[in-house]
Amino acid sequence: MNKPTLVFRLTVAALLFTGFAQMPIFARYYLADVPGFGWTADYYFNHVAHYILAIVLLAILGWRLPRVLRRPAWTAMDVIVGLCWAGIVLTGIVRVMKNQPDSYFSPTLVMWVDWLHLGFVMLLGTASLARFMTTGTKASGRGSNRP
Amino acid sequence: MTDTSETFMKINRRHFLATGLAAATAAVARPTAASAKGAASAERVVLATLLDISKCIACGACVEACRETNGHKFPQPQKPFPKMYPSKVKAADWSDKQDVDDRLTPYNWLYIQTATGEYKGKPFELNIPRRCLHCQNPPCANLCPWGAASKDAKGIVSINDEICLGGSKCKDVCPWHIPERQTGVGLYLKLAPSFAGNGVMYKCDRCRDRVALGEIPACIEACPEGVQTIGPRDEILAQARELAERTGGFIYGDTENGGTNTFYVSPVPFDVLDAAIEKGPGKPHLAAVGNPFSKEEVLARAVYAAPLAGAMAGVLHLVRGATSEDDHE
Repeated sequence: MNKPTLVFRLTVAALLFTGFAQMPIFARYYLADVPGFGWTADYYFNHVAHYILAIVLLAILGWRLPRVLRRPAWTAMDVIVGLCWAGIVLTGIVRVMKNQPDSYFSPTLVMWVDWLHLGFVMLLGTASLARFMTTGTKASGRGSNRP
Repeated sequence: MTDTSETFMKINRRHFLATGLAAATAAVARPTAASAKGAASAERVVLATLLDISKCIACGACVEACRETNGHKFPQPQKPFPKMYPSKVKAADWSDKQDVDDRLTPYNWLYIQTATGEYKGKPFELNIPRRCLHCQNPPCANLCPWGAASKDAKGIVSINDEICLGGSKCKDVCPWHIPERQTGVGLYLKLAPSFAGNGVMYKCDRCRDRVALGEIPACIEACPEGVQTIGPRDEILAQARELAERTGGFIYGDTENGGTNTFYVSPVPFDVLDAAIEKGPGKPHLAAVGNPFSKEEVLARAVYAAPLAGAMAGVLHLVRGATSEDDHE
């Protein structure tokens, strides 16, 4: 695995962790009680960390996009994975916009954006796992070692 | 009550009602694009409240009016509560203590705090109606992972009791810890009640159903002393500043937590009041609060720019790669 691929996968893993840290589960299920892990229940810290990691991920995804668009053939799984990434990015950016002062998004839209952001992450995880199980290739790298 | 203050309140009530009526009349009488636009813009006017706490006599009329008006929104929990895991997760049950009115509870969204002490050598006793301040950039809504807390076009911050899971994150991130939990009610009962969620969070929704009809919140209407004024935020903030300047008073809520839609004006500094009030669970402080999202507001620009910068770099990389291949050929 080359360095860019490692950075990509570590970023995704850290985003998953800080994303789930937005839910009040790490304090409930004792992780925050482990010495040195108190920060896992610090919502503000994990929120800022999620933003910083998202900046890294978005830059990597942007860098990959021209290469992905030149791909000659798309399988159904490629399309699903691509749509999941698009959904995660779009809902994440809308959430960031919504968190800015003086912004306004309707409560119904906010609810759907939250649910879809979580839903796309779950779907991407499922699709990536399915593709890995069936073809041995990874959704993030599509078999190559290049992010 | 001063004449000027009375005038402010009357003007604001009139203005508030007139704005709502004008928008409604325009929408009904002339359903044109222009009137629809006018009604829509009226709906998006952020409303704020001014509380002149020098007027409050702690009669409790606002508290009573809040309970009567919002009683239909109060929780009706199912008992016994589901057993929760791990065992350290405790139920929050106020259903047998619905009469408690000396703090915030799921059944009491407004209460009156009293501060007694001495300022500049003179004794004071001030009463402070306390409830959600309806922040401009509310942490409860921004950080709710489930989309249950939100801010509407009128600047009202509310919690959707149909989808809230009662995780209490909104209470944790609120600098005043305003929302209060009731176990045994809400969506979590239909999901995994023993392992996730713990009820529903409740707090003041500034009578959003009444406001939607062009009425004013019950606590404002019921107050015999005219403590509260409601109106467009810019106007109310200007009134708060004018009142503070005229009386040599102090403002709380204009910049706290990045700015709220509630402005307290007091003749005594708020750090003095904060030291004088009883604080604790359901009894919020009056200390200074900074903007909790200052980092995110800066990082947001990088979030928008990152995919574009990455894509440009990706295109350049491809072009340079192709050029390099051409050179080799």
